[in-house]
Amino acid sequence: MRNLIAAPVILLSVILQSAMISRMYLLSGIADLPLVILAAWALQQDVDSAWHWAIAMGLMVGFVSGLPWFVPVLAYAAIVTMAQVLQKRVWQAPLLAMFSVTFLGTVIINLLTFAVLRFSGVRMPVEDVLGLLILPGVLLNMLLAIPVYAVMRDLARWVYPTAEAE
Amino acid sequence: MRNLFSRTLQTTIIFLIVGGVIALALGGYFSSASNVFTGSLVNLQTWFSQRFVAVQDFLTAPRDMASLRQRNSELEAEVSDLQAQVIQLQQEVGETQILAALVDFSRANPENTYRAAAVIGRDPSPFLHFVIINRGSNDGILRGMPVVTDQGLVGRVDAVIADAARVQLITDPASVVNVRIQNAEVEASLSGSVTGDVTLDQIPQDTALQAGNLVLTSGLGGGYPPDLIIGQVVNVRARDFDLFQQATVQPVVDFNRIEIVLIIVNFKPVDFSPLLPVP
Repeated sequence: MRNLIAAPVILLSVILQSAMISRMYLLSGIADLPLVILAAWALQQDVDSAWHWAIAMGLMVGFVSGLPWFVPVLAYAAIVTMAQVLQKRVWQAPLLAMFSVTFLGTVIINLLTFAVLRFSGVRMPVEDVLGLLILPGVLLNMLLAIPVYAVMRDLARWVYPTAEAE
Repeated sequence: MRNLFSRTLQTTIIFLIVGGVIALALGGYFSSASNVFTGSLVNLQTWFSQRFVAVQDFLTAPRDMASLRQRNSELEAEVSDLQAQVIQLQQEVGETQILAALVDFSRANPENTYRAAAVIGRDPSPFLHFVIINRGSNDGILRGMPVVTDQGLVGRVDAVIADAARVQLITDPASVVNVRIQNAEVEASLSGSVTGDVTLDQIPQDTALQAGNLVLTSGLGGGYPPDLIIGQVVNVRARDFDLFQQATVQPVVDFNRIEIVLIIVNFKPVDFSPLLPVP
């Protein structure tokens, strides 16, 4: 039953991303709300469904986007891996872990997209991609990180109430 | 007789004295005394009047304040309603203007059959320039159909589901459109980029290209119908050691503000991929 919460959150995040956030540009970069939500969810202590979220969210984004479907799936899986590794090591500083996962996750998904598109024959200057897409995207995701982390922490506490709270 | 005379004399004397006093007063001889008198009266009346008004205000003000507050809140609510109506009407006027322009465009181009759709989203990836529209295969939309606005070419349908479709804009880095340049009478290919700029490639070096030349679809390749307006040449880059010239194009469509588009549903794109030699 706990996994049911994934459906509305993933759907809402992809809808918000497509309908609103994709229209808010900084240079040519945009924030990635599903990525930040996934990172925040995967960093919560009691959450054990982050992998399911990553696959479902990746497939959903791949369905809406013109990208090959495996790009977001692979990128989100990498983000969950990173989050779980960092959560065990820097568990006393969750915000630091959140910023790290958001930063690395944004870079990974953008570089993976860049590599796949270049491989499929799309011409893209590296300096434009770095300066106009990746860096603004990283900045916007970092700005989203704190409020999203707070919301997802509350959601995780609601979905996985600890013994102390009970 | 004597009494009657003395009474008449007294009356006459009294009238004379009163008349004299009035005459002296009117002549200004009593002004200082009358000023003191009238000033005192005025001051006294002012004092009473002020106290009365203060008491009257005290007694009546609470009732007026309550009614004024109620009236004020009613008016504020009315203003809010009217402001909401104004915003809604402005939005409807904007949509009506767009739709009127699209109707004019479809009337001016009767050879095509159009279906209008609203833009409901954009691609989640910043690398790609796609929009999502609220018409799909249930409305007869098929992959490859060209998408336009009253201003010019937008792109073509890339993927379709029952009630929505994804449209690849001409600004997408993977988009290539075969075009011709009016006045220069030359054909070229127009490609997008990650930043949303569109550039012309494959222009022969001997072509006299100028800023302001109109760029239209050529229809070559069967991907788009011919003569759809795309934009104007902004600047030309011609270097002696290059095989071809390049030019930057300013699209006529503002891709950041697309709200409603038209899909040309009677155009069948030509798929010549089976004819391409397999390496």
